[in-house]
Amino acid sequence: MKASFRQSMAWLHTWSGLIVGWVLFAIFVTGTASYYRPDISRWMRPEFTQVEPVDAAALGATAERAVAHLGQHAAKARTWFIGLPQADKPVLDLFWRTRPGEPPGHVLLDPRTGAEAAVRDTQGGDFLYRFHFELHMPPLWGRWVVGLCAMIMLVALISGIVTHKRIFADFFTFRRDKAPRRSWLDAHNVTGVLALPFHLMITYTGIVTLATFYMPWGVTAAYKGNAQAFFSEASWITTPRPPANRPAALAPVGPMVERALASRPEPLERLMIVNPGDANATVVAVFEEPHGLSHEHPQIAFDGVSGEILEVRDGGLKPAAKTFTVMTGLHEGHFAGLLLRLLFFLCGLMGCAMVATGVVLWSLARLPKAGERPFLGLRLVQALNVGSIAGLPAAVAVYFLANRLLPLDLAGREQWEIRAFFGAWIVAALVPLARPQRRAWCEGLAAVSVLCLAVVAADLLTIPDHPLRLGGGDPLFAWFDAAMLLLAALFALAARKMLRYEAPKRDRARGAKPAPVTAPAASPARPPARRPEPTHA
Amino acid sequence: MAAQGRTTVRERASVAGRVVLAAGGGYGVAALATALLSLTLPMARSEAVATATLLSFAVMAGIVVLVFSTRTLLRALLTVGGTALVLGALLWLAMGGSRP
Repeated sequence: MKASFRQSMAWLHTWSGLIVGWVLFAIFVTGTASYYRPDISRWMRPEFTQVEPVDAAALGATAERAVAHLGQHAAKARTWFIGLPQADKPVLDLFWRTRPGEPPGHVLLDPRTGAEAAVRDTQGGDFLYRFHFELHMPPLWGRWVVGLCAMIMLVALISGIVTHKRIFADFFTFRRDKAPRRSWLDAHNVTGVLALPFHLMITYTGIVTLATFYMPWGVTAAYKGNAQAFFSEASWITTPRPPANRPAALAPVGPMVERALASRPEPLERLMIVNPGDANATVVAVFEEPHGLSHEHPQIAFDGVSGEILEVRDGGLKPAAKTFTVMTGLHEGHFAGLLLRLLFFLCGLMGCAMVATGVVLWSLARLPKAGERPFLGLRLVQALNVGSIAGLPAAVAVYFLANRLLPLDLAGREQWEIRAFFGAWIVAALVPLARPQRRAWCEGLAAVSVLCLAVVAADLLTIPDHPLRLGGGDPLFAWFDAAMLLLAALFALAARKMLRYEAPKRDRARGAKPAPVTAPAASPARPPARRPEPTHA
Repeated sequence: MAAQGRTTVRERASVAGRVVLAAGGGYGVAALATALLSLTLPMARSEAVATATLLSFAVMAGIVVLVFSTRTLLRALLTVGGTALVLGALLWLAMGGSRP
């Protein structure tokens, strides 16, 4: 294709990176935010701070209330999922699917009364989490698009590594005062190389979390496509039991919950009731993951009619199955404590920065020469760069803002929050098309900063027992707002840099402002023959 | 790219061909390798499937790199096609052998 292996890899890196750059940026941002999914969810449901946690002794009775509600409202469902009250989500979280194609049912119940919980209607951090791998598309489509992007990301990483002649030296190179393209390139290299182990790990393990969905052919060949059989043989789940098609009453789940609690030290996370009302009903108690890298929940399966223990799943995975769960665990980072989680979060931010500088670099390398009009593709890429790099954070901020400002009794409130998210994003993507490039960057970044400040203001105004107002209250709000303030400062700084930015003297003629056609663009400092690729060496 | 005006139809077709070959061929070879390894790796059935599935994405990435680094599209096509044929034949044997 090109002259050398390295050159062909540079070409591959440039183009594969550009094509999926914007989607990858969105995946990185929402994925990075998802490291704090429980915190975001709790922040978005401030009512939860008022609810007293349920102690373990009352959990059996609480589970009975959930089953009573499901028996009344979801009698036809094939599986009931009952999320038991947790420290960060002190309510019953019920979920059921009746048949494929029908929208699933979902409701939050007060664990003490069994009535619907008095909590604002929101998806919380789950929206960002699901967006991370489904892009708010139908799951099948979204997952394939994300998988394709992740695969291209993997290829871009490999070709990026090959492209580096001096990967170690690049670690320490940041030529801030050289030509703008150089410093963007160095920023791309630093963020890419410094966190390279993280990027490689997170990309590969990300694909592995949905591996049997993307690559089902091993299961097809060895299990005739029966994925459940594979999962249970790999000791990931308890053995599935098909329905007997004879009705039988479900035994009380309270005693099962108590028996499960007595047999393990981990907190009980959820119950899964398969084929309720059938003679072969199964109740699976799923515990929180024990401490460790691996993502595996201990499980106990009960016979739903007799209440006897059928099976206990507790570790003991074979090597390959264990590798699988460790990779999933590494991706999700549930094992990470405060500092390690922060490190993961920062590495995720570096990933966002790597993608962002990469797509900016593409457009910088293609600035028009003197007297040339920027070609349509360039204009489009430049506008989309602003629309995604400033637009997505703005959309997330608007999502948070909508959570605080929309009326609490608005019908379909959670959908309105999501509409606000996409509305903001669409506006942020369209405006730069009509604005000069540098103004668009500056305005976009400043808008994110203002929106982050607005989130803090809205939080202070709408939360009566906000810690900064009373000195008491849940510290979560203070932490969240502090993070928002930090982000606002960062974006303000970026906007100011963009406004004040002047190209270094010898390069000033070309400038950072590509839009005016009349600007004298050819500077003596510019190499006479432009290299076809952005220089990676 | 910089050489915009000079990009010929031929070059464009070659790039398009590589993209199709990398995506389709890469996934195809990875899928065949996964199925073959799942049946033939000398370990428990679930372990063989897990190992093969974990490796499959590295296989696919390798094929993509190969397609884009090979000098001519034809040579890339022959390499990927040949690999797929060999894997397909072995898989056919493995599936035939696994039947009672």
